[in-house]
Amino acid sequence: MKNTAIEVKFIAIGVSAGGFEVLNTLVTQLPADFSLPIAIVQHRSADSSGYLAEHLDISAKIKVKDVFDKEPISPGIVYLAPPDYHLLIERGFFFSLSRDDKVNFSRPSIDVLFESAADIYRQACLAIILTGKNHDGAMGLAKIVATGGTAIVQNPGSAQASEMPIAAIKKVPTASVYTLSQITAYLITLNKNQKK
Amino acid sequence: MELTEIAEIEIDTLLDAIRRRYDYDFSNYARSSLKRRINGLLIKEKLDMPYQLIPRILYDEEVFNRFLSELSVTVTELYREPEFFLNLVESIFPVLNTYPYFKIWHAGCATGEEAYSLAVLLKEAGLLSRAKIYATDYNNKSIDIAKQGIYSAENIKAGNKGYLKAGGKHSFSDYYTDHHGAIKFDDELKNSITFAYHNLVKDGVFGEMNLIICRNVFIYFDTELQNYVLNLFNESAISKGFLCLGNKETIRFSILKDKFDTLSEGNSIYRKKD
Ligand SMILES: C[S@@+](CC[C@H](N)C(=O)[O-])C[C@H]1O[C@@H](n2cnc3c(N)ncnc32)[C@H](O)[C@@H]1O
Repeated sequence: MKNTAIEVKFIAIGVSAGGFEVLNTLVTQLPADFSLPIAIVQHRSADSSGYLAEHLDISAKIKVKDVFDKEPISPGIVYLAPPDYHLLIERGFFFSLSRDDKVNFSRPSIDVLFESAADIYRQACLAIILTGKNHDGAMGLAKIVATGGTAIVQNPGSAQASEMPIAAIKKVPTASVYTLSQITAYLITLNKNQKK
Repeated sequence: MELTEIAEIEIDTLLDAIRRRYDYDFSNYARSSLKRRINGLLIKEKLDMPYQLIPRILYDEEVFNRFLSELSVTVTELYREPEFFLNLVESIFPVLNTYPYFKIWHAGCATGEEAYSLAVLLKEAGLLSRAKIYATDYNNKSIDIAKQGIYSAENIKAGNKGYLKAGGKHSFSDYYTDHHGAIKFDDELKNSITFAYHNLVKDGVFGEMNLIICRNVFIYFDTELQNYVLNLFNESAISKGFLCLGNKETIRFSILKDKFDTLSEGNSIYRKKD
C-alpha cells in the first residue's frame, strides 16, 4: 500500500448495481472512531426514499446520512448523495447539490462528485469505484489521479456487476485493484495511520 | 501558482465582465456547479478555456443569453414532490383561510408549473379568490412560457399523478383544456398569477407576503448569497408568514436560522417568528 495514503483527507465512493450489499458490508465494518469524511454516490431511482441512509445508519458504527445543500463536511460521517441530485464539493469544504442534467444517464452522477472532489481536495482525495453496470465514474477517477489523488477499483471478478470497475480500470490503468475486504482493510489502516 | 488556481482567476474575470456588461452577478453562485455549467457552455461554443468566453460575451449579447439559459437550468414539473403540496394543503391552508386576503410569492418560479400546481389546490380549497399570487424569475424566457400557461401532454400525465398525491379532490382535467395537442390552464388560474421578472440577487422587497415559496433555487447559491436572500425573505414576510424551500435545502446552516421556526424538516417549511 502506498504510504502517501496518510495524506488522505476525503474519501469519495461511486457505486451502482449491487451497491446495497457492498455498502452494507463496507460501511458497517468501519470503526466508531473512523475520522475521515466519506461521500457516496449510489445510483438509485429518483423517487427512492431516505431508506438507504436510515438503514445504513442503524447498522453502522458511524453516522450515515443523506446530504443537505451547503452542509459542512465533518470527519467520520458517511454522506450519501440524495436521490435525483448531483452531489458536489465546494470551496470551504462543504457540499452543494444540483439538479442539472443527468451525466451518464445518472443523477446523482459519480463523475460529478469525483470531478469536484478532485478540484477541492486534490492529492488528499481517495476515490473508490465499486460494483456497477455502467461507465459512470471512470472520467472522474481519471481526474482524481490527474490532480494527484489516489484511485482504487473493486476487483471486477469479485464485483456483483463488473462493467463499472472494468471501465474505470480501462480509463485509469494505474488504479489499485482490490477485493471488497481489501478495500475495507485499506480504509481501516488509513484511519489508524491518520491518527499518528 | 497551480493551473487550477489560474483557472479560478479566469472564471472570476469572466464573472466580473458579465456583471459590468449585463448587470448579472454570479459571483456568489455555488462555484462547483457554476464551473460545470461554464464548461458545458464552452463545449457548446466550441471553446477550450473560460477566458475565451470573455470577448464573445462582451461583444455578442446572444452568447450572453445562451450563458444565462445554461445557468438558469429550468428543470421543473407540476407537483414536484407532491408530499410538499399535501403538507401545504393540510397545515398552511387552514392558516391562510383565517385571512380575508393574502399574498403568495413564488420566487424562482421557472416556467410556472409550481405556481399553477398551487393555484389549482387553492381553488379546490375555495381560497383562490382571496389570493394575490406573484411568481417571479430572472429568466425572461421562462417567464414568457409561464405566462402562456401551455404545457405538453407528457407534463400533464405526470402532473395528474402528482395532483392526486398532493390531495387533489377532483379531476386534474377540470382545470385545463386541450390546446393543439398540448394543454392550456383555465383563464381563471392564469389570471390569478402575476408572472414578473425579479432577480433575487439585486431586486428588493415588493410586498408583504403571507407565504413565500422558493424551491430548488438556493442550491445554486453559496452560503453568503443564501443568507442575503433569506434576509430578503425575512423582510418580505409578514409576522408569522411562511417560507418554503426545496426538500434538500435548509436554513439550518444559515446565520438567519433563528428568525424562523421549523414546521416541517422533511418538506423544509418554516414560519417567521414574531
Ligand atoms: C430549478 S428551477 C426551480 C423551479 C421551481 N421553483 C421548482 O422547484 O420546480 C430554479 C430557478 O431559479 C431561477 N433563478 C436562479 N437564480 C435566480 C435569481 N438570482 N433570481 C431569480 N431567479 C433565479 C432560475 O432561472 C430557475 O428558473
